[in-house]
Amino acid sequence: MQLTGTKQIRKLQFGEIFFRNGLALSALALGIILLAIFITILVASIPSIKAIGISFFYGKTWNPVENDFGGLPFLIGTLITSLLALIISIPFSIAVGLFLGEYFTKGFLSVFFKNIIELLAAIPSVIYGFVGMFVLVPFVRDLETSLNVPPYGVGIFTASIILSIMVIPYSVSLIRQVIMLVPSSYKEAAYSLGATRYEVIKNVILPYTRSGIFAGILLSLGRALGETMAVTMLIGNSQIIPKSIFAPSNTMASVIANEFTEATGDVYLSALVEMGLFLFVVTTIINVIGRQIIKRFSIN
Amino acid sequence: MKTKIKTTINLAAVIILLFSMAAFKNYKVVKPIAIADDNELTGAGATFPFPFYSKLFDEYNKKTSIKVNYQSIGSGGGIKQLQAKTVDFGASDAPMSDEELKNSPAPIAHIPTCLGADVVTYNIPGEPTLQLSGDVVADIFLGKITKWNDARITKLNPTAKLTDLAISVVHRSDGSGTTYIFSDYLSKVSAEWNTKPGKGKSLEWPAGLGAKGNEGVAGMVKQTPGAIGYVELIYAQQNKMPMAKLKNKSGNFIEATLASVSAAANVKIPDDARVSITDTDAKDGYPISSFTYLLVYKTQNYEGRAEAKAKNTLKLIWWTTHEGQQFASPLMYAPLPKEAIAVAEKILKSVTFNGKAIL
Repeated sequence: MQLTGTKQIRKLQFGEIFFRNGLALSALALGIILLAIFITILVASIPSIKAIGISFFYGKTWNPVENDFGGLPFLIGTLITSLLALIISIPFSIAVGLFLGEYFTKGFLSVFFKNIIELLAAIPSVIYGFVGMFVLVPFVRDLETSLNVPPYGVGIFTASIILSIMVIPYSVSLIRQVIMLVPSSYKEAAYSLGATRYEVIKNVILPYTRSGIFAGILLSLGRALGETMAVTMLIGNSQIIPKSIFAPSNTMASVIANEFTEATGDVYLSALVEMGLFLFVVTTIINVIGRQIIKRFSIN
Repeated sequence: MKTKIKTTINLAAVIILLFSMAAFKNYKVVKPIAIADDNELTGAGATFPFPFYSKLFDEYNKKTSIKVNYQSIGSGGGIKQLQAKTVDFGASDAPMSDEELKNSPAPIAHIPTCLGADVVTYNIPGEPTLQLSGDVVADIFLGKITKWNDARITKLNPTAKLTDLAISVVHRSDGSGTTYIFSDYLSKVSAEWNTKPGKGKSLEWPAGLGAKGNEGVAGMVKQTPGAIGYVELIYAQQNKMPMAKLKNKSGNFIEATLASVSAAANVKIPDDARVSITDTDAKDGYPISSFTYLLVYKTQNYEGRAEAKAKNTLKLIWWTTHEGQQFASPLMYAPLPKEAIAVAEKILKSVTFNGKAIL
């Protein structure tokens, strides 16, 4: 098409600017929403920050009757369940990612498996909670009986297993993609030197994709830290600091979900909001550390 | 250069837009209640009496064409909504504390509507009906009695076959009126419980597992051999769970039934009806019983409410405490005894609009 006059050029320019502004506005809006959330919960936590002070972050008691709130048991519960879930899920995530990204990239079955795994992310977490309760808990109880620990059935171990299944789709989808992005020239070069497929994976694909793999794991960690419903159904909701992975515990997200509706009294309500703030900060710190590790891992 | 200016202008436009959005916040948004019909009432609060209220309000609607929208968001939420004056009435299982009343913008009246109770349920082989006393229940939940064949339990149950099965305590993980009633009872019967953990909707539990809701506790107890927990009477009856007979103040072992729960309220009720009837003095009363309340402002002319609306609110509550009581028993709620109805009448008659009694 030929441009016939300044009018038309202006019209095109206007469209360009309009489109770009639209994008900028959306991006800006997201940033503002994040900031607004942070400010809102910060302001709402002020009564609790004033009343409890710094001991909120290391106190071991959570006593709504006495208005004495310490978040340490919940922080420990959150970190242990999330990390344990991550440790359980990592081998599976990488294995599935390799299978779908390297061995089985095309065809009906590949699409089928890929969708099945993505579907895992679409299952509501309360369903995971139920499955955990009715399938996993009796099994864990038998295991605990044979190990001679108190046979509660629920606890950190049970919650972590279910959590690990829940986070797998998040890391797999990213890991599969980065593995597919490994340039075939690299792989071909390795093959031409006589490398076996296993050697190619070990010496070419995994080193090349390690920052992507780590990013996938970080994504699933974010999911694990914030998961509420399934965890609260399976963790046993005890505020006593756990002494073993079979002990019941509690997480930051689940104490908020459990107690928020019936929290009366300004300090109590505010302490729960401060718990949210605490979780926000912890998640941010973990993400920042994670980004640094990804940077260090990146090849260029 | 030109693009830089453009970007600046664009940014400025965005910021102005955001500010204008923020400015909208200052415009008084008309609350839905203010424009709602005077024949439409809204209430919010306790989940425990929800089936009762929903039946009641449905019947009332058929009778009078007054529509009641009740949201069972929990007692705490109901109190907050009433304090924010977004509902015509609130509902709570526990009477409001002095602190809560002090933090409310105006005096609030409590009107009892029916009674509920907590039962102690358990999972032990053979499902015998256990007899327990308050101090034993307290020590079990404190984690001090850890085996089912503990001498203090077997002494109360000489005929039951109890083994050395470990006791797993199950409590509520969510804040709940059920926990409030239970801990209120234990605070009265155990000095140690009274100092710690005390009474409240959520506690610092010294032992056991937490589960969400009555269904969570019931499920956990059913699944775990040796477990003990507390659930609402209705829930236990509907699910045919074993329930312990509890020793009341007069020394009688009382089974939780609608009659024994109603009987628990046969005590002197103060003028404001804010009374705990756990560990009741009544001879045949079940000791973990409690009133559930509707809450309204004592002065109804606030926020430009119409007199008709205030009248409709009060009439509804009057009906609830009188004709409405017939719907309680079929739904497994214990109806109010006569003494409680008399107190409710007095409270309702004291509610005013522009200084004049409404009823």
